[in-house]
Amino acid sequence: MSVLVDKNTRLIVQGITGKVGLFHAEQSLAYGTQVVGGVTPGKGGETVLNGRVPVFHTVRDAVEKTGANASVIFVPPPFAADAIMEAADAGVPLIVCITEGIPVADMVKAKRFLQDKPGSRLLGPNCPGIITPKQCRIGIMPGYIHTPGRVGVVSRSGTLTYEAVHQLTTLGLGQSTAIGIGGDPVNGTNFVDCLKLFQDDPETEGIIMIGEIGGSAEEDGAAFIREHVTKPVVGFIAGVTAPPGKRMGHAGAIISGGKGTADAKLAALREAGVSIADTPSDLGSTMARVLGAKTSA
Amino acid sequence: MKIHEYQGKELLRGLGVPVPQGGVAFTPGEVKLVAADLIQRTGNPVVVVKSQIHAGGRGKGRFVEQPEVGGVKVVKSAEDAAQIAEKMLGNTLVTIQTGPEGKKVQRVLVEQGMNIARELYIAITLDRATGRNTVMASTEGGMDIEEVAAHTPEKILKESIDPAVGLQAFQARKLAYALGLVDPVAPRFVKFLLALAAAYDRLDCALLEVNPLVVTGDDQVLALDSKVSFDDNATFRHKELEELRDPNEEDPSELEAKSWDLSYVKLDGNIGCMVNGAGLAMATMDIIQYVGAKPANFLDVGGGATAERVTAAFKIITRDPNVRGILVNIFGGIMKCDTIATGVIAAVKEVGLKVPLVVRLEGTNVELGKKMLDESGLAITTASSLRDAATKIVELVQP
Repeated sequence: MSVLVDKNTRLIVQGITGKVGLFHAEQSLAYGTQVVGGVTPGKGGETVLNGRVPVFHTVRDAVEKTGANASVIFVPPPFAADAIMEAADAGVPLIVCITEGIPVADMVKAKRFLQDKPGSRLLGPNCPGIITPKQCRIGIMPGYIHTPGRVGVVSRSGTLTYEAVHQLTTLGLGQSTAIGIGGDPVNGTNFVDCLKLFQDDPETEGIIMIGEIGGSAEEDGAAFIREHVTKPVVGFIAGVTAPPGKRMGHAGAIISGGKGTADAKLAALREAGVSIADTPSDLGSTMARVLGAKTSA
Repeated sequence: MKIHEYQGKELLRGLGVPVPQGGVAFTPGEVKLVAADLIQRTGNPVVVVKSQIHAGGRGKGRFVEQPEVGGVKVVKSAEDAAQIAEKMLGNTLVTIQTGPEGKKVQRVLVEQGMNIARELYIAITLDRATGRNTVMASTEGGMDIEEVAAHTPEKILKESIDPAVGLQAFQARKLAYALGLVDPVAPRFVKFLLALAAAYDRLDCALLEVNPLVVTGDDQVLALDSKVSFDDNATFRHKELEELRDPNEEDPSELEAKSWDLSYVKLDGNIGCMVNGAGLAMATMDIIQYVGAKPANFLDVGGGATAERVTAAFKIITRDPNVRGILVNIFGGIMKCDTIATGVIAAVKEVGLKVPLVVRLEGTNVELGKKMLDESGLAITTASSLRDAATKIVELVQP
C-alpha cells in the first residue's frame, strides 16, 4: 500500500508547455505515472509528448475531460498561487506545487482560499513532490533511486529526501511513499498530516522524518508522535550550525527571535521517542536498526 | 531585504503612518543644515542624531574609535548635532547585533526631538503556525522584545489578520484598550495601526516593527523607530525598492552569489562547501562540525549545477581567505554525476585550486563521475558518503 498516490492516480501538469514542466511530465510518464493532461492558458487543444498528452486552457476543462484527481504545478512564482487556487476551485483532490519563490503574501491568501475547499489537499510549495515507487511519480525527484518497500519518508528538503531514499533502497528496506512537504514558511500538508497518513497505512512499518531550522512544524510533529504514532520514527534536523537571522537557502529555513533552532527540534523529537540520526549518512542504517529491533522483539 | 531606518520611515510617511520629521545626512555639514531646518520648522531646539546601520541596539552600542559615544544621541542645537555626527560618521559602531567587528556608519538620520509620554511596541509579521500575518503589541516599548517574549509572554498581545478582509478596526481597538490607551489617543492608535497594516501589505513586508511607538505629551501617536524588511520572493513586483538597497550593508560575496542565482551565506569556519539543495547544504555544514571542524559557508548551487555556476561558486568560496579546504557534495538526481564531474573539472582548471578538494558524488552515473575525477590529474579526492567526505576534508586540512 501507499499514501496519497498510487497506480490509479490520474495526473495533470499545470505549466506543461514550459521547459521544466514538459521535462518532468515526460519523466513521470516514463516512470509509469498516468499523466492524463496538461494545462497552459492559450494552448488548449494542442498536445505534447508526441500526441500522448492533451493540453487544456483551464484546470476545470482538464479535470472534466480527463477525470484527473491530482495536479502538479510548474508555474513561475508570480502566477503559482493563482494556479494552486485554480486547481482547488476545479476540485482537484491532490495539488502538488513544485514552484520555489512564491511571495509569502500570495501563499497566505492561497492557504486561506484552501480553507474553504476541504476536498483539496496542497503539498508544497517549494517541494520535490511525492512518489510511490513503481506506481506514481509526481514532481522532480529521480525515480530510479526509489524501490517499493516498508518505510514512509517525509521531508522539508529535496536532496536530503534523496539521501534517505537512496540509503533505504541500498539497504533493501525500500519506501511505501516518499513525500516532500517543502521549504517555504507557508505550506499545505505538514509533518502531522503525513505522520497520520503513514501511521494509518498498514504497509508502512517505519517513518523517516527530515526537518530543518525555522518554524515549529517539527515540534508539532513530535507532539503528534508522542500521542498517536506507534510505528518507529527516525528523525534528522538540518541546520545545527546555522547562524540566527540568516535565511539558509529555503525561505522557511531561518532562526528568528531565538525560535526554530535545530537543538529545540531535536530535543522535542528525542522526548517523543524518535531515534535521531547523527548525520544524513546514518538515516538508513538507523531505520534498519530500529526496524530490526522491532522485528526481533 | 533590509533597509535603513530613515528609508523605512520615508516609506511609512508616504503611506500615511505618522513618523517624526527628519532627514538623512552623509556629512557633518549636511547634519547641521538638516538640524537647523528642523529646529526652525518645529520651534524645538532638541534634535536626535541616529546612526544608520542595518542592526539594532544602536542606542546602547559604542563606537570603536569613540568609546564614549553611543549610536544615538540627543542634542540641543544644530552645531552640537554636527559635532556629534563628526564622531559617528566614518566610525565603526558595535552593538549587540553587529558582532564584535561592528559596522561602519556612513549616514545618520537627523530627527526632531519628541516629548515622550509612553512607549509601546508594535510589530506585524507572519505567524507560520497559522499561515497568517499577526499584529503583536506590548506595553513594554523600547525593550528587547525577545526578552519580553522569553520572560513575560503574557505581556505580548496578538491579533491574527484574516487575509480575506485584512486587519479590522475592531481588532485595532481591542489592542488599543488592552494597552491601556484612552481617548483621544486610542482612535489615533487605531488609525496608526490600520495604516501600518496596509503598508505591510502594500510593500510585501516580511517584518514591520515599530519599537518604540510613542505617545507624545500632546497625545500624538508616532513611530519613533522602525524596522522594515521585505519578502525576498516578492521583490520582482517592487522594482522601486531595489534602489533602497545599501551595498555597504551586504556581503559582496553574497551579492555576487545572488547574481549567479546561488544561495550563499558566509560563516566563520575554514571548510568551504558547495552542495545542491538547501537541506543537504545545511546538513553538510553540520557534518563538518560533527567531525570536528567548522564550515566557512553555506552554499546551495541548486538543481541545475552547470559548469558556469560551479565555477562561479568555486570563485566565491576561494575568495574567503579563511578557507583551507573545500568539500563538494552533490546528489545527482536528474543531473547526472558525469555532467557534474565535467563541471567540477572545468571549474578547478579555470580557478586553479590552492587548497585540498574533496568531492562526494551520488546518484546517476556515479561510478563514471568518480572515475573522471580520479583520472583528471587534478588534486581531487573522491569520497563515497557524506560522512566519508567530511572525515577526509578535515584530515587533509589538519596541519
